[in-house]
Amino acid sequence: MKRRIYGLETEFGIIWTPDGPRKKTLTVQNVVMYLFREIVAGRMYPDVFLENGARFYQDIGCHPEYATPECDDVAELVAHDKAGERIITRLASTAERRMKNDGFYGKISIFKNNLDTPGNTYGCHENYLMERHVDFRQLASQLIPFFVTRQVFAGAGKIKPSHRGYYAISQRAEHIREEISIGTTTARGIINTRDEPHADREKYRRLHVIVGDSNMSEFSTFLKVGTTGIILRMIEDNFIQQRFALRNPVKAIREISDDITCKHQIELQNGKRLSAVDLQWQYLECAKRYLEQAESDPTTAQIMARWEYVLTCLETDPMQLERELDWVIKWKWLQTYLAKRGYDWDSPQVKHLDLKYHNVRQEESLYYTLERRAEVERIVRDTQIRHAEHFPPEKTRAKFRGKFIKKVNEGKILCGVNWSYIQLYEPYQILYLSTDPFKPEFDEASRTIYSI
Amino acid sequence: MSTEKQQEHLKRHIDETEDVQSDVGQPDVGNGEMDEEFVEDLDSLLDEIDEILEEDSQEFVESYIQRGGQ
Repeated sequence: MKRRIYGLETEFGIIWTPDGPRKKTLTVQNVVMYLFREIVAGRMYPDVFLENGARFYQDIGCHPEYATPECDDVAELVAHDKAGERIITRLASTAERRMKNDGFYGKISIFKNNLDTPGNTYGCHENYLMERHVDFRQLASQLIPFFVTRQVFAGAGKIKPSHRGYYAISQRAEHIREEISIGTTTARGIINTRDEPHADREKYRRLHVIVGDSNMSEFSTFLKVGTTGIILRMIEDNFIQQRFALRNPVKAIREISDDITCKHQIELQNGKRLSAVDLQWQYLECAKRYLEQAESDPTTAQIMARWEYVLTCLETDPMQLERELDWVIKWKWLQTYLAKRGYDWDSPQVKHLDLKYHNVRQEESLYYTLERRAEVERIVRDTQIRHAEHFPPEKTRAKFRGKFIKKVNEGKILCGVNWSYIQLYEPYQILYLSTDPFKPEFDEASRTIYSI
Repeated sequence: MSTEKQQEHLKRHIDETEDVQSDVGQPDVGNGEMDEEFVEDLDSLLDEIDEILEEDSQEFVESYIQRGGQ
């Protein structure tokens, strides 16, 4: 398939647990300031680009946010997403040491999920660079049924009180209020219309997806982004002829989330009723036909194989995916633990363990305990993740940005950096624009900067 | 399809298509000896989970209050 630029943005949640005789409390704001201190050195705002091309900054609601560099391969994106977790983990260790020096003893926990205890939500946003020629209404109408139903493999799982049905597939589903909207903090839509391509606007648009959950499972991330990329390619090539229009997509997304047997049928506009898995099968069959006549590639073949495998399992018994999908892995281990330790579903221990599944600090994390014991399927190797912590992707614009950042950090050169430009201040006074994210080097800039 | 068959099915696909990773961890299931080992493994895993829940559950959960994000 043709190359595409992918990116993931993750907002993390924070708890400070004070320790020691005086148990000094700190606000989340203060903890986040400590987290950033190591890397913001001398800058006005907690907002920096890193040597792997990624951006790390403080977002709305005081959440530290990690945005991966531009990747043109989904497995590479998974490695860069995981690299973000490792980077924030390292920053937390350094921050704890600094805090201790300042008299604050305790522990920082960092969560990659989408809900706090009272129910505030924060996101994991996917970004797909798309061809500008696609009609937006058509794009939205073909994507909405896909986004409503893909949670059956992309959901991160959510605890509910026993009287409300114990468990749901998705963390975000209940917070989606509209079909199409520009909002990201209120009236969140299945389709978000934010369109900042950070590239040539005549050629590209950016699809900013806010409907999904944050994933711990590499398998879930890989499938979530991979299948979406294939669907978008079919839409760009005007290949999807079927109409899956749903009667009420906002209602449907909640109903699907609320049924962990994945049997619930949602209503289509033509009156027919289909399950989320049925609908996903139709998208998969369509993708198979598409790939008979389009050029495939190894990553696309891996995505297709896993998509089919997952739908086959979901159809018979979703619990078979206890090694692959976040919502099933978590459900399995919550249940196993409770049963063995005799806790009640509504006990605080369940909520505690649920949170710990999403802790990115590995020694404190249920997900990473399972990973260490080979209880979950992987997509990338640890060596790939370690590499991604320090090196940008080779085939996108991030390569140049990463090398540049390394250079200016070493030389302590003053500069301004953004996704699509690099600016050198005094005495150079040069601005380089890069409107083609598929291009790893910009020649003139490379020559100048490497000569500094 | 049974779970084992599906695992095999996935593994076959992975072997055919994968160059990213080939050493996929598979759980050991089978004869009685394995089962005993499996129970021991499960017990030690549950012990590890106990350790990650060392702080007071109620306090910890209640302290998780963020401002809403995007």
